[in-house]
Amino acid sequence: MSDDSNNYQEDFIDTPTGKLQIRSSGVGEPLLVLHGELGFPGWLKYHSKLSNVYNVMAPSHPGYDKSDRIDWAMNIGDIAGFYLELLDDLKLDHIRVVGLSIGAWIAAEMAIRDPRKISKLVLVSPMGLKPDKGEIYDIYLNLAKEYLNESFYDSETVPDFKIVCPDEPSDDQLELWEVGREQSARLSWKPYMYNPTLPYLLNRLKSTDVLIISGADNRIVPVDSLNKYNDAIPGSTLKLIKECGHRVEIEKQDEFILTVKNFLE
Amino acid sequence: MFIGHFTERPYQDPKSGYFGATGLSIKDLTLSNDVYDPIIGSDLYNRYLDEKIYAEEMGFDGLMLNEHHSSPFCMGSAVNVEASILARITKKAKIVLLGNVLPIWDDPLWLVEQLSTIDLISKGRLVSGWVRGTARESVAHNSPPAYNWERFQEAHDFIIKAWTEPGPFRWEGKHYQYRYVNPFVKPYQKPHPPIMLPGVVSRDSVEWAARQRIPYIMLATQLEPTRQSFEIYKETAKEEGYEAGSQNFGYLWKVHVDETEELAEETARKFVQGPSNPFNAGNEGTANEALMKLPGMTSRKRTLPTVSAATANRGGSGSKSYEQQIADYTIITGTPKTVIPKIKHVLEYLRPGSVFFWDGDGAMTHDDQMRSLRLMGEEVLPAVREIAKDLELNSPFDVDPKTGLPFDNAD
Repeated sequence: MSDDSNNYQEDFIDTPTGKLQIRSSGVGEPLLVLHGELGFPGWLKYHSKLSNVYNVMAPSHPGYDKSDRIDWAMNIGDIAGFYLELLDDLKLDHIRVVGLSIGAWIAAEMAIRDPRKISKLVLVSPMGLKPDKGEIYDIYLNLAKEYLNESFYDSETVPDFKIVCPDEPSDDQLELWEVGREQSARLSWKPYMYNPTLPYLLNRLKSTDVLIISGADNRIVPVDSLNKYNDAIPGSTLKLIKECGHRVEIEKQDEFILTVKNFLE
Repeated sequence: MFIGHFTERPYQDPKSGYFGATGLSIKDLTLSNDVYDPIIGSDLYNRYLDEKIYAEEMGFDGLMLNEHHSSPFCMGSAVNVEASILARITKKAKIVLLGNVLPIWDDPLWLVEQLSTIDLISKGRLVSGWVRGTARESVAHNSPPAYNWERFQEAHDFIIKAWTEPGPFRWEGKHYQYRYVNPFVKPYQKPHPPIMLPGVVSRDSVEWAARQRIPYIMLATQLEPTRQSFEIYKETAKEEGYEAGSQNFGYLWKVHVDETEELAEETARKFVQGPSNPFNAGNEGTANEALMKLPGMTSRKRTLPTVSAATANRGGSGSKSYEQQIADYTIITGTPKTVIPKIKHVLEYLRPGSVFFWDGDGAMTHDDQMRSLRLMGEEVLPAVREIAKDLELNSPFDVDPKTGLPFDNAD
């Protein structure tokens, strides 16, 4: 599933709660990339392009893909706590973070716990806030492929759609999707995909640069949730890309990469 | 031998397009309750209670109820309410709940109180089974499926403690916390109502039941995989240092008796018509694939031999026809004369100490059910008891599954 034109290294690192699967590539300052609710989607074009400028670190969250699950972790805040300790142990401070969907929610929970840990934060179609208008798409009552289809404004026109959602997924891929769905269900079954107190705590991010980016036609996370992020975070920027759905990093990848690169500079 | 009667209590609406073999198929969890007619619902609840009273009159030892949610194939969404009524209007049959869906309730103390009340009103006739529920139940009550098994075990431990140890005490568990557990209602039976565990899918559940020495009831599964699943129980029992006997095993399957062979066949075909359980063979409903893959509900690797068979039955090309079910004994029908030898075959094959005859379901009418209950009482139950005696099939009320020793008051 990876982009063969690009080299990245995959490792398993030991943490206090077990092994963590992590891919890394590139030189320069560190950039942590946190994946969405189905697990790591493969090393895609945006990973490659960002690794031209940064040392991209793309772990699989505890309990996703081949990373060990943490028994006591029962919500997104617990995973945020895990990552903050990991950054401590790696002696990383004030770093750039790009989070996608549930990964963006993890990043937001990290930031409210330790705002100084993150210098620049990109929230890509973030889960985590309850919309007043519309509802967050139910990924547990729909199959992974249905969810992926709904994640694009028009999947048929997206060249890389088949990379993340093959017509005939391998058994390994199907299993990894189920692993991801199961771990997401452990972390966010109820309330579903949001933390009711997060809007109030996001006010802590006064000195963090935050970009919220999504497709304007997001059928997974309602735009109202994105507006709420933007309203709750002092000085944040919201960018909505037209004719684009939840997976903006794939559906409009060139515009996405350019916007994110400019923001992270 | 313990013989129980069971029906899912389907919501039968002959006016609706989804009733009967010619109707629309129902995809699980896709039917709006906008179609629900309270007059029909009221009549059906009373019909099913009347049938239970008659089953007791005809000599059934157990009146079994089950619980499902948000679905037309089973009206038992408040099983303890139905059981409470049976507790008062029946006299001697055991009220067998298979069972309460432990993990979906956030307050198991309420179950402690409800079940104790049923046991008291019935003067100690409650058999309290537990289930993990299907995905449908977790969705309906928004219970986290990935913690279903943990919650099941913790709720069980909590309920047993609340039934058997003096209060007040505290409970600070992973999923349930109480600072004052002191229900002022205690079960009639000592140390507590007997427990059964029904299932079809989870190897964890079978092994757990064997470790707790709780009888395991296989639900409408095919004979050979059922036997293999019982073997898993037996092997676990050996590890625990005891030998499992018929008192540890139960089997539920479809049995309908009628006045002539022709009428029996015509009526038994109604098992696979009407709003029947989409998880059962040959039904008119369609399983919902997303529900079957509800994340974390059941270990993907620790399933029973019955699962592949069960999966093949969930609608589509793998679904078993009525004829196939007749051929493999998962439906038995006929006159008493032809039904009794077939039941004997099942008893010999599986050696269960408890059986539950599943009848009056699908599109069957009240009259269909009453004819069968009468013939069961007059001819089938006495014959089955004789066969079971010859085969030495002891029920969990003859031989204590906790000790393997006969009860003092056993017949």
